[in-house]
Amino acid sequence: MKGKLPMMAIFAVPTALAALSLVGLVSALTGDGLRDAISWATLAMPLAAVFWAMRARRS
Amino acid sequence: MSRQSIRVWYLVHKWTSLVCTAFLLMLCVTGLPLIFHDEIDALTEDQSAMETAGPASSGEGPGLQPLDAMLGKALAARPGEVPVFMAFDNESPILTVTTAPRPDSPAADMTIQLFNRTTGAAVGQVRDEGVMHFILQLHTDMFLGLPGMLFLGAMGVLFLAAIVSGVVLYAPFMRKLPFGTLRVSRSRRLKWLDYHNLLGIVALAWMTVVGATGVINALATPIIQVWQMGELAEMTRAYAGREALPPSRYGSLDKAMAAARQAIPGNNPQFIAFPGGSFSSRHHYAVFFQGATPLTERALTPALIDAETGALTDVRPMPWYVLALTYSQPLHFGDYGGLPLKMLWAALTLFTIVVLGSGLYLWLGKRRSSLDARLREVESGGRLAPAE
Repeated sequence: MKGKLPMMAIFAVPTALAALSLVGLVSALTGDGLRDAISWATLAMPLAAVFWAMRARRS
Repeated sequence: MSRQSIRVWYLVHKWTSLVCTAFLLMLCVTGLPLIFHDEIDALTEDQSAMETAGPASSGEGPGLQPLDAMLGKALAARPGEVPVFMAFDNESPILTVTTAPRPDSPAADMTIQLFNRTTGAAVGQVRDEGVMHFILQLHTDMFLGLPGMLFLGAMGVLFLAAIVSGVVLYAPFMRKLPFGTLRVSRSRRLKWLDYHNLLGIVALAWMTVVGATGVINALATPIIQVWQMGELAEMTRAYAGREALPPSRYGSLDKAMAAARQAIPGNNPQFIAFPGGSFSSRHHYAVFFQGATPLTERALTPALIDAETGALTDVRPMPWYVLALTYSQPLHFGDYGGLPLKMLWAALTLFTIVVLGSGLYLWLGKRRSSLDARLREVESGGRLAPAE
């Protein structure tokens, strides 16, 4: 990479992952069924990001 | 970010992490089995009592024995003791009665008996022993009681400071690196530096929530004491200064429950706290009701009933600081969204262990290099590694 990344670019993915995680953490508290499924999907995103990085960003 | 502010954040990150890492590793390792507490208990304990079918013991109506009869059986089995709690179940007719030598006896001196409220039969005792109980105690207070809890709470505060400073340092480190960069083939240090950053930043929100709710859980005892000395004292002001009501003058529980139900219709009781314990005054049965929706079933509302006359004294929802504690428990233990959520909780705990371990490794590896060299490493995204 040549230039410096702006702050927005550095924190875009981390912010999205954090927002999804918070949605998931609260979702399962508010009910069962679909709300549990939403929490599973959103809290799986940090794991998915690491698996993606291990495949696509490994050098 | 200026070199000077990076230096400050680096030192904050280094010292807050170093002080709390050993304790956090212990908390992660003991926390892992605690996530699956229910599943492990089901495998190792006799669950037949808990699986009894029938009307819920928290309900009312035909087929359920009077509470006075259940309490009488519990006290007959523990002569000389006084009741402390009676707790109900929403799924089975099982209820528990906790007794102790005195109303304010420590938890270790309490006995918890199980009863079937449809047959009236005793179905055993809850035993606070075994490996899971050992792990829970280690995780909560390291067998040191309140000072141990507060100490681990302080370690949680340092963990939160380490997370914040780590996120701040992530910015200069990643200035020239795309998200997810994992340089595994250059040096072992660079590999662990990249894993430390990636795992830390992807699990940021989860670690912050589990850390913050852990700190709140560590404050459980003072939080309940503040409620008891503040709101509860206000609710029972008319009784201030009176002698404690002796157990021989306790009136009918069923009458008290009927008065409490009338005050909060449509909700089910979760437990009754008897006079003199940490959840009531010295004169009241405190009947704690659950909300009726999934979100409010954890938010308790106590109805205070004069234990002698059975008349309602006051009803008031728990204040915000007790609600914060109530909602911190599921958010800390991850036991509220089924097995898949528990497995994700375990995976994120493993991430945390790797972040803690790699942080320790990174510090040990270049401990003797100068601060300037280590700051250059942060600013260059690991391209300039500190020399020996």
